Amino acid sequence: MATLVHFVIVDWTVQSSVGSMKLAVEALAGVPPAEDEARVVERLRAGDEGTFAALIDTYHGALLRLATAYVRDSAVAQDVVQDTWLGVLRGLDRFEGRSPLKAWIFQILVNTAKTCAARERRTIPLSAVWDASTTDVFEHAVEPERFVPADADRWPRHWASLPPGWGVAPEERLLSSETRSLVHAAIKALPPGQRQVVSLRDSQGWTAQEVCNVMQISENNQRVLLHRGRARVRRALERYLTGT
Amino acid sequence: MSFSDDLSCQELVELVTDYLEDALTPSERDRFEAHLAGCAGCQTYLEQMRLTIDVLGHVTEESLEPAVRDQLLDLFRSWKRGDRD
Repeated sequence: MATLVHFVIVDWTVQSSVGSMKLAVEALAGVPPAEDEARVVERLRAGDEGTFAALIDTYHGALLRLATAYVRDSAVAQDVVQDTWLGVLRGLDRFEGRSPLKAWIFQILVNTAKTCAARERRTIPLSAVWDASTTDVFEHAVEPERFVPADADRWPRHWASLPPGWGVAPEERLLSSETRSLVHAAIKALPPGQRQVVSLRDSQGWTAQEVCNVMQISENNQRVLLHRGRARVRRALERYLTGT
Repeated sequence: MSFSDDLSCQELVELVTDYLEDALTPSERDRFEAHLAGCAGCQTYLEQMRLTIDVLGHVTEESLEPAVRDQLLDLFRSWKRGDRD
C-alpha cells in the first residue's frame, strides 16, 4: 500500500502546477478562507483527532460515491477511500495550501481510484458512469400529463391545472425533521450522477466548477444532472406536502 | 415580443436550473422572465424549486457507519503514533 500512496502523491504534485490556476480561481468561492484551512491542516499535523473526525464526517460520503463510479464494487470502493485517507495523512507534510484542501483530498481519491481500477483491470471511463443518466431518454422535470397536450388549439404545453401550493409558511414545515428525512430518502433514491451533483452542490455548497473538476464532467452535464436531481426532490416534496 | 415567441410552461420548467445558474443567454432570460411575469403556475413552480434547494442546503451528509468511522480513527491514531511516511 505504501508504494501506491507514494505514487499517488507524486502524481498529484505533477498535476498541481497544471491545475493551480483553475484551483486558485475556485478558492475564491464556496471554500473556507485560506487561513481557516491552514489552521485545519495545522491541527491535523499536530495529531488532533477531532479535526480528522470532522473531515471524515464531511467528505467520506462524497468520496465513497466518487470511488464507486471508478471501481463499481462497493468493497473495493471502501478500500479506495480508506487508502485515500491514508494518502491524505501521509501527504499532509507536503501539502502547501496552493489549492483548497478539499480539492487536494478529492484529487488523491481520483488518483487512488484510477490506480486501483487499472490494477484490477476494471477501468470504466468515469464519464460513462455519470453520463448514463444524462444521455438516456429525456427526463421530464414535471410529468407531461400536467400540461395541456402539444396539439391542443388553446394553451398547448401550458399548465393543465396549476401546481398545488405548499401552504402558508412552507419554510417551517420544510425544515421539520420529518421533511428532512423525506428529503434524505429522496436524495438516496436519485441515480448516482444526480445524487453526487445534488449532494455536492446543494447540500455541501460546492461551486459548479468544483463539481465538474471532481466528477470530470462538462458544465452542461453538471447542470443537467443538477436539474434532474432537484426536479425529482421537488416532486417528492410535492407528493408529501400536497398528496398529489 | 409576439405571442409565438412566448415560452410554454412545459419549456419553462426545463429551463429553471439554467435560469437559477445564470446560464441563459440574455434573450432567453428575457423570454423566461416575460413568461414568468404573467404565469402564476410557473411562479409557484420556481418558488417551490427555490424552497427545494433551501431544504437540500439543510440536509447533512448521511452519517458514517460507526464501524467505518472507528476504523478510520484507528488509522489516524496509528499514523499519529509514527507511521508517518
